[in-house]
Amino acid sequence: MQVPAQVEYERAASVEHALDLLARYGPEARVLAGGHSLIPMMKLRLAQPETLIDINGLSELSYVRLAAGELLIGALTRHAELLACAPAGEHFAILHDAERVIADPIVRNWGTIGGSLCQADPSEDLSAAFAALKATMVIRGPGGSRTIPARDFHTGPYETVVAPGEILTEVRISLRTVGQDQAGRKGSAYEKVGRRVGDWPVGAAGAALWLAGGTVAEAGIGLSALGARNFAAAEAEEFLLGAPATEESFRRAGEIAAEHCRPVADQRGPADYKRHLACELTTRALRTAARRAAGLAREIL
Amino acid sequence: MQITVYVNGATCTATVEPRLLLIHFLRDDLRLTGSHWGCDTSNCGACVVWLDDTPVKSCTVLAVMADGRRVLTVEGLEQRGRLDPVQEGFARCHGLQCGFCTPGMMMTARWLLDHHPDPSPQEIREAISGQICRCTGYENIVRSIVWAGQHEAGAHDA
Amino acid sequence: MTPEPLITEPLTADSPTPEPLTAELVTPGAYGPVRRKEDARFIRGKGLFVDDIQLPGMLYGAVLRSPLAHARIVSVDVESALAHPQVEAVITGEMLAARGLAWMPTLSGDVQAVLATDKVRYQGQEIAFVVARDRYSARDALELISVEYEPLPPVVDAQRALDPGAPVVRDDLPGKTDNHIFDWEAGDEAATAAAFAAADVVVTQDMLYPRSHPAPLETCGIVADLDTVSGKLTLWATTQAPHAHRTLYSLVVGIPEHKIRVVSPDVGGGFGNKVPVYPGYICAIVGTMLTGRPVKWMEDRSENLMSTSFARDYHMHGEIAATRDGRILALRARVLGDHGAFNATAQPTKYPAGFFHIFTGSYDLQAAHCQVTAVHTNKAPGGVAYACSFRITEAVYLVERMVDLLARELEMDPAQLRMQNLLRPEQFPYTGPTGWEYDSGEYPRALNLALDMAGYAELRKEQADKRARGEYMGIGLSFFTEGVGAGPRAHMDILGFGMADGADLRVFPTGKAVLAISVQTQGQGHETTFAQIVAQELGLSPDDVDVVHGDTDRTPFGLGTYGSRSTPVSGAAAVVVARKVRERARLVAAAMLEVSADDLDWSDGAWRVRGDPEQSARIPEIAMAAHSSLELPEGVEGHLDAETVYNPPNLTFPFGAYICVTDVDPGTGVVKVRRFIAVDDCGVRINPMIVEGQVHGGLADGVGMALMQVIAFDTDGNCLGGSFMDYLLPTALECPSWELGATVTPSPHHPIGAKGVGESATVGSPAAVVNSVLDALAPFGVRHADMPLTPANVWSAIQGRPLRTDLAVS
Repeated sequence: MQVPAQVEYERAASVEHALDLLARYGPEARVLAGGHSLIPMMKLRLAQPETLIDINGLSELSYVRLAAGELLIGALTRHAELLACAPAGEHFAILHDAERVIADPIVRNWGTIGGSLCQADPSEDLSAAFAALKATMVIRGPGGSRTIPARDFHTGPYETVVAPGEILTEVRISLRTVGQDQAGRKGSAYEKVGRRVGDWPVGAAGAALWLAGGTVAEAGIGLSALGARNFAAAEAEEFLLGAPATEESFRRAGEIAAEHCRPVADQRGPADYKRHLACELTTRALRTAARRAAGLAREIL
Repeated sequence: MQITVYVNGATCTATVEPRLLLIHFLRDDLRLTGSHWGCDTSNCGACVVWLDDTPVKSCTVLAVMADGRRVLTVEGLEQRGRLDPVQEGFARCHGLQCGFCTPGMMMTARWLLDHHPDPSPQEIREAISGQICRCTGYENIVRSIVWAGQHEAGAHDA
Repeated sequence: MTPEPLITEPLTADSPTPEPLTAELVTPGAYGPVRRKEDARFIRGKGLFVDDIQLPGMLYGAVLRSPLAHARIVSVDVESALAHPQVEAVITGEMLAARGLAWMPTLSGDVQAVLATDKVRYQGQEIAFVVARDRYSARDALELISVEYEPLPPVVDAQRALDPGAPVVRDDLPGKTDNHIFDWEAGDEAATAAAFAAADVVVTQDMLYPRSHPAPLETCGIVADLDTVSGKLTLWATTQAPHAHRTLYSLVVGIPEHKIRVVSPDVGGGFGNKVPVYPGYICAIVGTMLTGRPVKWMEDRSENLMSTSFARDYHMHGEIAATRDGRILALRARVLGDHGAFNATAQPTKYPAGFFHIFTGSYDLQAAHCQVTAVHTNKAPGGVAYACSFRITEAVYLVERMVDLLARELEMDPAQLRMQNLLRPEQFPYTGPTGWEYDSGEYPRALNLALDMAGYAELRKEQADKRARGEYMGIGLSFFTEGVGAGPRAHMDILGFGMADGADLRVFPTGKAVLAISVQTQGQGHETTFAQIVAQELGLSPDDVDVVHGDTDRTPFGLGTYGSRSTPVSGAAAVVVARKVRERARLVAAAMLEVSADDLDWSDGAWRVRGDPEQSARIPEIAMAAHSSLELPEGVEGHLDAETVYNPPNLTFPFGAYICVTDVDPGTGVVKVRRFIAVDDCGVRINPMIVEGQVHGGLADGVGMALMQVIAFDTDGNCLGGSFMDYLLPTALECPSWELGATVTPSPHHPIGAKGVGESATVGSPAAVVNSVLDALAPFGVRHADMPLTPANVWSAIQGRPLRTDLAVS
């Protein structure tokens, strides 16, 4: 088996301590959470940090809770924990849909939300899910915390806005109660095609809809592995605003999403197939999201 | 760096490099060779052990991350000469052929049955979907785990 | 004594399907679903695999491998690596060349570089070998070796390998100016041409059986330990053929054969991957010779996938000729075999294309002809591996696809077309148009059973209903005949070693027995099934019989386990040697009972006096007597031991009928395998539980190869299947719950009528899955698409553009 290069190791006792250590060890230090994104890279020697700052003891970063109209997910939350959290799934089924198809059950036991997001693989599923939900990331540095929209979190493949001395601490999703009008309902879904269970997506689409009556009040569409800017299909979302929540609208939105992504041909498939998936999976995700918003969706396996 | 890990109930203290993988610590340093490794990319699951009551792929965990924590390996399944029902199930239902994936499969099975005492075959398949077997085609692994779930009370020597 | 066949009336295609045969009906005595003896250690994590071995002072080896597919080696600088404080030695090609060890013979009469000297010829080829005090340091030291390469254009596309002006891979061979390895043919070309000319219908199709890899869960490795005082070299190695390896090592390394001991401890799966001798093994041996300490080398998974024996890579052109009413007349095949940089395939010498010429399949043909051309490319060597039964996987895939294509052309049901053309029971033993002598078979019975178990008519109805609703399911068949148990030594040798196997049986005074065999289990349960064989012959319990294998110091010579040969050859040897012991026991019993040996009959586990069966002696008491001071007749030696070398008179021919049901989502191309029905006939089943386990495993291979497994390359020769992230293997979720049935048609020439089954399911299943998916896609006009049928490939096929799966053209 391949093994990492030599590395130094520190264990953080608190978030403040972690930030101190990051400052002390400089840009060649990496935060070690579940390690299931970082350690495989280290074994292949594609990543060779000089120091690891182990934050697995920071239980203050491990939580999923509802507060002040938002779903708050601590960055150290394990994938399995998010999948097991009923309220998260009730509000945002897309999160459970996505978690169910991320890696495998054993990897999900230890890999964390923050770790996956910070690895910033262009095929990473939660990036698309959070983009669809228009989530907000909270980043803590020596000067305090700052927030940034999920859609601005990634600056390129394997690159995020988290600076060397900073840590991602939380993901926030607004529940968006639609005014006083209780006819406002939300539904979300994630559709992924992989060559096999546990594979990175060949293509994936997540959709979140807020409906007012039969009309789309708000729409979020996130795409993974399909070369969509910021993991999002902004043009398709714009089209859906105020549109009727019908199959025809969803198909059109899918087409628009496909038009605006730049999929790359690779072993998972040629570009025309991926572009087709952008359309097909967006349509399917919207369809399921709408059904769930209307309370009609059966439990997805 | 010095670490203390509680492995199968025993306290193990050692000085290790931070980069040492937990699977190598268990196999090479502690001589617990029941857990295996079969890939470089965290796909095959031959290395599954429990870390603090949770099955993990020990090829993707550093030994230093296990400092102060408990580890359970296949060697810890048998208690005072009595086989765990999972072990008994695998032997009865021909759930193993070459035996290489078996320890990892059994550790996951034990955890599954602890948390979901009566899993359906589909739930079992999902639970082991992160682990590869090249010999059995999975059918008898599923049957073994079903058997174990139905015979939890009756563990005895093989 | 040949067992009676179970059904004596001739069967026709219209016969009612008989009741499925259960294990209890067919297995006497010690046969049956006996629990495995080997499990006791494995379920406790107490197996002993090569990487579990730690010896005092042991060092660790690591191989530096070429990142380039084709390049001249300008220089190799190991100074920095040698300076690493934990490094004990660094071996280069130049050092090996000085000892005449830089090249070693392959199993096909070619040579392969142990460590490259002049050129590298595939990505992943071995360049240097580091020996260090721990495995992490060995890995670190690899980065301290500098190699200067002069890149050369690679040959990656086998179909371009014989183009004029193509780069020459093997310029190390004197006078070699192209990439051609051999041409081979079988069958009657003229008769086949005549049959084609007379046919109403001819269907042709190109199809690729892509490069695949067995990927046993345990990778390959070795611990080499030279005792410098005694000169004895002990090797613990992942090998399916310990004796053949011992002889090869003595020839290559120059240590006398009786000073070499090869121990294959527990092996974590073989599937043909652990048959060849790999450069890493030789390097480890050189390492122990240089350092005087044990050296362990375990390859990692990427090394396993990129450099050890791959499987398949046959580019096939098939043609089938038939009458309008569905009688198949002839088959023709032209094959281009990609053997990689060195010809290292493992198959009998006279059959460089293995047993591919069994591509006539299970059908009654007038004529057939096949022609195989093998070429070099800049890829790893191999080709015969992964349960192929020496290229029978390729042959069965070809014929079963051609039959389906013919059914499509004739607008006939594929089950009906097969039933019409299957060989009939009365035609056995059957000599086919390419020379194979099938020993026994009852094909229509097996197919009927499979159709019955599947509920075939209901499935076709469901398919029609679904199509009307725009849903797509497929039903795919595969009927295969295997040829296993190589083989008669007059015709079959590997590297000059006749494929006969030995067995030694000793019965101790208290009636316990130890059987030493020359085959090597990698999970097939030999410790149990061979004990059952001996127990059955001697009236003992399987618990009274221990099976010893895998240690060349303790077992007779043989060619090892692959090609499903253990039961047909070594199993037969076990029967023969047990009967020799039993005959010797007869003579001792006669002395004990004071009767003539002719007055004794064997029944119910004892020698009994004819007419007075209570006067009897069982093996345990006979054994005690044989070791005692009992007066024995003239010419009868004491003890109750015997040995034999079994030379099989023929192969055995297991067969089966498989049916696969798939559901295809045309919007995404995703395929789900809903059901898989497998009826296997492997003759007499010693342990039905183990037989079924073998079938289960092979069926998973079919799903994997049909839908997701491929070792592909890009045009620069980069291997795209070098990890389990890209070489995808099926999990429990891709596999359905297998539905198994069995018929039993004993082999007439095997002492207990058994045939072997280890590879049957891997051989038969891929065609069933592929046929099923293409059946689902028929309404879209899809005629053929190559494995693997990934979502992208399926969708592209629906658009009329199936993908080329072996080569990524950038």
